[in-house]
Amino acid sequence: MDSSDDRFSKTKSSGQVVFVLAAILIVAILLSQITGQTVWTDRARNFASQPRFWPAVALVVMLAGFVGHFALMRRRRPNALDWIETRRWTEPLEYLLWFMAYVLAVPVAGFLPMSLLLALALTWRLGYRSRLHLGCAGGFAVATVLLFKAFLGVNIPGGRIYEILPGALRSFALTNL
Amino acid sequence: MELIAAALDVLARWDVALALFVGAIGGVAIGAIPGVGPAVAIAILLPATFSMDPIVGLTLLLGIYGSSMYGGAIPAILINTPGTAVNALTTYDGFPMTLRGEGRRALSLAYSASFAGGIFSVVCLIFLSPVLAQIAPMFGSREIFLAALLGIVLVVVAHRGQMLIAAALAGFGIFIGTVGLEPAAYTRRFTFGQSWLAGGFDLIVVVLGLFALSQAFLLLTSDDEDIRVPKSRGSLFQGFRELLRHPRVAGIAASFGVVMGMIPGVGEFTAQFMSYTSAQKMSKTPEAFGQGSSEGLIASETANNAVPAAAMIPLLALGIPGEALTAMMLSVFYVHNVVPGPGLFQNDMDFVVALYIALLALNVIVVGFLLVSTGWLVHLTRIPNKFLGMCILMLSFVGVFSIRNSTVDCLIAAAFGLLGYLLKRLNMPIVPIILGMVLGGIMEVKLRASMARVRTPFEFIERPIAFILFCVLVIILASTLWRVWREWQPVDRRSLTKKSSTRFGRRIAGRKERHFANRLKHQRRRRGYDHLGS
Repeated sequence: MDSSDDRFSKTKSSGQVVFVLAAILIVAILLSQITGQTVWTDRARNFASQPRFWPAVALVVMLAGFVGHFALMRRRRPNALDWIETRRWTEPLEYLLWFMAYVLAVPVAGFLPMSLLLALALTWRLGYRSRLHLGCAGGFAVATVLLFKAFLGVNIPGGRIYEILPGALRSFALTNL
Repeated sequence: MELIAAALDVLARWDVALALFVGAIGGVAIGAIPGVGPAVAIAILLPATFSMDPIVGLTLLLGIYGSSMYGGAIPAILINTPGTAVNALTTYDGFPMTLRGEGRRALSLAYSASFAGGIFSVVCLIFLSPVLAQIAPMFGSREIFLAALLGIVLVVVAHRGQMLIAAALAGFGIFIGTVGLEPAAYTRRFTFGQSWLAGGFDLIVVVLGLFALSQAFLLLTSDDEDIRVPKSRGSLFQGFRELLRHPRVAGIAASFGVVMGMIPGVGEFTAQFMSYTSAQKMSKTPEAFGQGSSEGLIASETANNAVPAAAMIPLLALGIPGEALTAMMLSVFYVHNVVPGPGLFQNDMDFVVALYIALLALNVIVVGFLLVSTGWLVHLTRIPNKFLGMCILMLSFVGVFSIRNSTVDCLIAAAFGLLGYLLKRLNMPIVPIILGMVLGGIMEVKLRASMARVRTPFEFIERPIAFILFCVLVIILASTLWRVWREWQPVDRRSLTKKSSTRFGRRIAGRKERHFANRLKHQRRRRGYDHLGS
């Protein structure tokens, strides 16, 4: 088994050429910006103290690694399978949107209500529609909020919606829910 | 004795005991669920530990780290799916035993071997402490720079067959570590005029993205598997008796685990490989390895459980994390103003010994818990993938948002989550990014400090430890170049005798490929399109 066989037995081939080419392009762009995005100062006592030194080392290592890998690849042109795999890379975007919507909603509508909503809606969306699954999702959301916010006291702000609650309940909700 | 009494005093608190129990039990449960793993759990829990005392937070995280591999053996043995990545080798001998109806015997062997490995490494750690306390102060800026560089080189070299990609990703880690305001001359680097980039990328945000969110995305876009747990018979205690019949296998495997765990960037996989191949060579029945050999199971489980305690050595003594999980723990130390390194051994030895004792207690708790709970832990493997993905997505939010309530942090974590998803789909390594980010920062600071004190390049390596580290670096680089050059030679010029490492690599790679291919076949039945290149 030579090293090329070794590499291809581990790294998946479809989509790889697209990823490596995109990486080379990005690194080349970053490297071209190094003079504008970092400074070379006369005050530095030696090369290691230059602010530009470590970004340059990192980018050169990246470029050498990606170009070296590309040069050793058996196939250097994307084919149909590569584009199919590339299309699959966009699949998580939907869940990324769910995540960001949750992030934006929690400070407004509160951690507990939004966690419940996310857990139930996403579980429904994923195809688990039985009472057991929805019950587990709801239970998980409540347990998460109680464990992290009420018990461990992690730093998640109380929702603005809690402001409409009456006195003691409001402070309880802001602190624990 | 005074030191141990002081350490017990540090531990004698209800919150430490609770953290130990929660970490141990939680770690086992997390390990038993394929698709979660300790990295995801630790990444999510990291911000929650910031409000705890250092000993409480670290005990909790260490508990998860040390016990997840115990739990990971359960699905590896019973359903041929490793609970954590390091349990992959356990499937090799564990699952054939399950097919023979000896699942409980295999589980018992795995627990006893893991226990032996865990206890052995903690005992080694305790005996090594006085030596470390003497050696650690001899590490100055130059030595720490060279040790960090050695860590980067080793993590790249350890990804055999993917070295160039691992090097590029380590470079990426170093690069993202440099973004933002630079601390020496106070200039901005690669911020593109964006104020949100001035503070740089937070390690925990990157870790949560690369480990937790990427795993959530992967699970959410994968299909559920039909899991059937075969019936098995036997006692869960028989493995402890059987382990006593193979003290040599367990001893050598534990030693490999300790030595490999101590070396930054090497870790469980190399320890497992070396202990497994040596056990096979020593065995009277080498042909049984891979067919359900008890010695093979002992070798792999002992070695991987000996690593976590040993991996704490470079972290505590030098402040250099050897792999992603210890890199995450480093951030907990920094948050609490506990600076790992030579000073920790000199000034807070009771804290260090307290951590060792916590690790010792952890192993006892975990084995006790497993002996009574294996029956219901098996059911955790039945949690559907997508449902698990939803849970990780929600927990990732808690992890990222609780750091500083920043939407930008969540967006950055999501972007790194996508990158992690791509890397996981391409079977490319993520660990070099994290190590590059952590060790890159250490290297920058230490090189700057040491260059201010040397006038000629030779002065850099004139001190004994610096010279030894430099020689080790040269030997590793030279041997790697030699190996790569040999592999590129035409086949007819080389000896036809394959090395055991090559055979082992091929067998494991083939096994991983088959597992991946089977899953894809399962998915393809439901999808209109799929990639075929795996």
